[in-house]
Order: sequence, then C-alpha cells, then structure tokens
Amino acid sequence: MLGVGGLRVALDGTEILHSVDLEVAGGEWVTVIGPNGAGKSTLLRAIGGVLPFTGSIQIGGVEISALPRRKRAQLVATVAQQPVVPPGMRVIDYVLLGRTPYIPPLGRESAQDLAIAERRLRELDLVRFADRELETLSGGERQRVFLARALAQDAPLLLLDEPTSALDIGHQQEVLELVDTLRAEHGLTVLATMHDLSIAGEYADRLALLADGRVAAIGPPAQVLTEDLLREHYRARVRVIAGDYGPIIVPVRG
Amino acid sequence: MRPARLSRLWLGAGVIAVAIAFALGLALGPVNLPLSTVLDALAGNGNERDIAIVTQIRLPRVLLGLMVGAMLALAGGCFQGVFRNPLADPYLLGVAAGAGLGATVAIGMRSDQLLVPAAAFTGAIAAVIATYALGRGKNLILAGVAVSAFAAAVQTYLLQRNVDTIREVYSWLLGRLATNGYHEVKLLLPYAIVTSVVVLAMRRELDVLSVGDAEASGLGLHPQRSRMILLAAAALGTAAAVAVSGLIGFVGIVVPHIVRLLAGGSYRQILPLSLLFGAAFLALADLVARTLISPGELPIGVVTAFFGAPFFVLVLRTTKGVSL
Repeated sequence: MLGVGGLRVALDGTEILHSVDLEVAGGEWVTVIGPNGAGKSTLLRAIGGVLPFTGSIQIGGVEISALPRRKRAQLVATVAQQPVVPPGMRVIDYVLLGRTPYIPPLGRESAQDLAIAERRLRELDLVRFADRELETLSGGERQRVFLARALAQDAPLLLLDEPTSALDIGHQQEVLELVDTLRAEHGLTVLATMHDLSIAGEYADRLALLADGRVAAIGPPAQVLTEDLLREHYRARVRVIAGDYGPIIVPVRG
Repeated sequence: MRPARLSRLWLGAGVIAVAIAFALGLALGPVNLPLSTVLDALAGNGNERDIAIVTQIRLPRVLLGLMVGAMLALAGGCFQGVFRNPLADPYLLGVAAGAGLGATVAIGMRSDQLLVPAAAFTGAIAAVIATYALGRGKNLILAGVAVSAFAAAVQTYLLQRNVDTIREVYSWLLGRLATNGYHEVKLLLPYAIVTSVVVLAMRRELDVLSVGDAEASGLGLHPQRSRMILLAAAALGTAAAVAVSGLIGFVGIVVPHIVRLLAGGSYRQILPLSLLFGAAFLALADLVARTLISPGELPIGVVTAFFGAPFFVLVLRTTKGVSL
C-alpha cells in the first residue's frame, strides 16, 4: 500500500531524515515512535506531500511526486498535529473541506459531497454539532471533527500526526478506538505518530522506531518496545510489562 | 444540515441596498428630483436640465461610488482571507503609498488633471510589484510596510519641495469621488470586472486556505499559487479604485467584517455580499458627503468613518461574533 524507499528530507538545509525505508501493507496500522526531534512529523508531512523530498514514496504502487496534488489528496488524508481552527467556520463546512480534491477548481460541492460529509458526521457522532462553530467545541469533539474531515477525503491512506496529544486519557482511548473501528469499516491503512508508547503499542499492528532520522527498529510492538531499545534511543529507564494488548511501558527512576 | 451558501435573503438585501443607494444618489442633491422624474430622465424624457443633472452629473458619480465601494470592500475581504488576518486592508501591500507618491509627482509637475489617476495607478502597481519582489517567500505584509514607508518618505520630501501643491495633494489623498463625465467610470470599469470575476470565482478556495497552507496543500490546492492570483487581482482592483478616487479608508476593512458578523463567516458569503454592501455603503456615503453641507462637500473618508464606525461597533456588540 505504502512504500517508502531511501527517503531523505531536508528542512532549511538541515537533513532531518537520512534514507528512511518503510513498507505499510493495505489495512495495516503502523505507528511511528521515537524521541523528540527524531523526524516523525517530518516523515508524515513528506508522505502527505507537503514537504519536498528525495527518494521514493509510493502509494498503491504510484510515485506520489508524479501525481497532481488533487489526485494525491484522493489517496492520502492527513490529520495534522495541531490543525488550524478557522475562526467562525461551522463543523459541517469544515468537514466539507475534505471534499476539496473532488471538487473542480472554481466549482462547488455536489449533493454527493454533502451526502458523504453527512455520513462522516453520523459515523463520528457529530451530527448535533454540525451547525456549531468549530471553535466552540471541546478538544475531544474537535479531534473527531478533524478525523471527519480527513475521512471525508475518502483516501485509502490515513496519516495521523499525534492524534491524541491534546486529549485526556479517556478521550485518547475513545478517539483511537474510533480510528480502529473506521479502519476496519473502510479498509483504511493507518500511519500514525505517537508519544505515549503503551498506547502506541496497543493500537498498532507494527511500530517503527525512528531515531536520528533513521528507522532504528521496526516490528510488532513486543519486539520494538524493549528496555534495551528504549534505553538506547530515548535514554530512558523503563520497565516493560506484558499487557493484554501489548507491552506496558512504565518509567522508573534510577 | 446545510453547507455555507450565500442565502437568497442576504443576496436580495444586498441588491436592494444597491438599488436604494442608486435611486437616492440620482434623486438627491442641490436639486431634489422625484423618482419618476429620475426614471424619465434616464429614459431620455423630460426637460433638458433634469436629463443633464441625472445622466451627466449624478449617474457617473453614483456609478463611480458603487464601483469604488465594491472594489475596496471586495479587495479588503479578499486580503483578510489571503493573510488570515482580520486587520488586513486593501492598502496593505503598498497600494496606498504608491498611489500617493504617483499622484504627488503628477500634481507637483502641474500635469493635466486627467493624468493624476494614471500616475496614481502606476505608482500603486509599482509599489505592489516591489512588495511582491521583496517579500516573496518571506513576509509580504512586512515587505508592504517597508515599501509603504519608503514611498511615503519620498512623497513627503517632494511635498516639502513643492509646498504650494500640498493642499491639492492632501485633498486627493483624503479621497473624493469627483467625476469628469464618464471618464473615471470608464477608467475603472475594466479593472473592476476583472477583479470581481477572479476574486468571486475563487471564493471557495479562500475558505480552504483558511486552514493554512500545509493543510490546504494536503487537500489538493496550490496555496501559494491561489494566494498570488487572489492578491494580484485584489491589488489591481484597489489600485484602479485608488487612482480615480484617492484614499478612502474604512470601507475595505469594515464592510467585510460587518458582512461576516451578520451573514456568516464563509468567503462564499463574505465576498459577494462585501461587493454589494460596499458599493451601496460608499454611494450612500458620497450622497451624504455632497449634500450635508451643500454647496460645500465633505471629504468622503470623513463620512465613511463618521457613520461607519458607530454602526460597526453596534454590530460588533450585538452579534455573537468571534473574538479575534
């Protein structure tokens, strides 16, 4: 589904990613973890097509740099780390922005675009907020609206950059369960970044540990979330406890 | 659940506002004419004097007021969207200072009155091009500040050297809708059409741009390209409006905000309604400017601010607006 090969990305002349390779299968959920500054967000932004890169990024076998932007936006949808909340914009209008790749330049939304936006609002339990202004919603509600816009894009690949960093622990679980359900319903492929290692391991099929702009380890959560790897790349002292859905990471003082 | 659309109600209100401004502008003045006389005169019937007043004096002036108001309000709304800055006004990129410099040079050289608009237009466009060239990829607003400051400095220097023209230059800078037959209307019309068509056609893109460049690009847009086209179109319309009317403040910044507060925050609502209400507002302001102390005339900028500011505050206080 997603194939990244020899990916290099430089920001302001500094190379952030040095030759990243990553394969994500269709329907799979892969979460990228790694210490601050490792290049997690940069990786997602390059795949989302908003950063110039060298190397190869293929979605469904197609090189994305060869695609027109609208076509690319039909294949990959991103929920940014801190999406801009446009002042005065209502929820329904915000979700309809997700239909942009299907609306001809200078055109307007069709009845089908509206129907899809409404369906996403229903799926995410947002119908009662449709006419509210996005700014007036709580953090958890907003996160669902951001998801609804991305899902309205009807793209097979969903990129989530720290989808839960602004949420309390209950809302984190709620949003991630929702993503997992929608992934199953729509056959989505999910590539996310996350800080909380235990939660990252519980929801992902595989984890990719990014450190210093390279993939340091990749595999099922139990293989990546080890005390040795976390000590080496995070310089963290942790205890790894086996949990029902993946390893539980507990920081320990020492 | 309905997406943001321009409601028929508001569109109707805007058209009616323009119609009222148009009718009053033709009917009222030193000689008040009944509406029936105005209609007759427009059709070429009635006595010579009334026909001359309506078609040769008032009609060009009302049309000019409508067009300048429409341009300034539309460009203001467009700039606010492009820069995602509620304080953006149509003069932001150096248009005002460039036009002022151009007009000062033309007036200082004692050139033909008819050349002042051309000089102002040239100055405005030159300033905008300088702003683009200097600020491209960096910060257009700051580049506009620098270009404006530079042009204003040169203008002040020229004024000091030619003190006898100060009065004329300032009367131009304060803005006025003096007409010389249809000369100004014909001058502005082609730019007004181009600007309106381009900006209105891209109103949905402005909504998409409100999520910022990175996300807009993720949605399949070319944000930089859209931005440049919108800015070029709005700056062109503003430069043409400034060239024929001088600097009329307030319309470009406040009309779009009033529309936003009353009719909705989507650019699909803001832009067309700004065009209509900006047109009506400026034509009515001009009516007040030329009748209140008749036979004298108030500078129109004084009228737009004197009546517009309290109304804006009223709208601001009574709507559940977004805090900026």
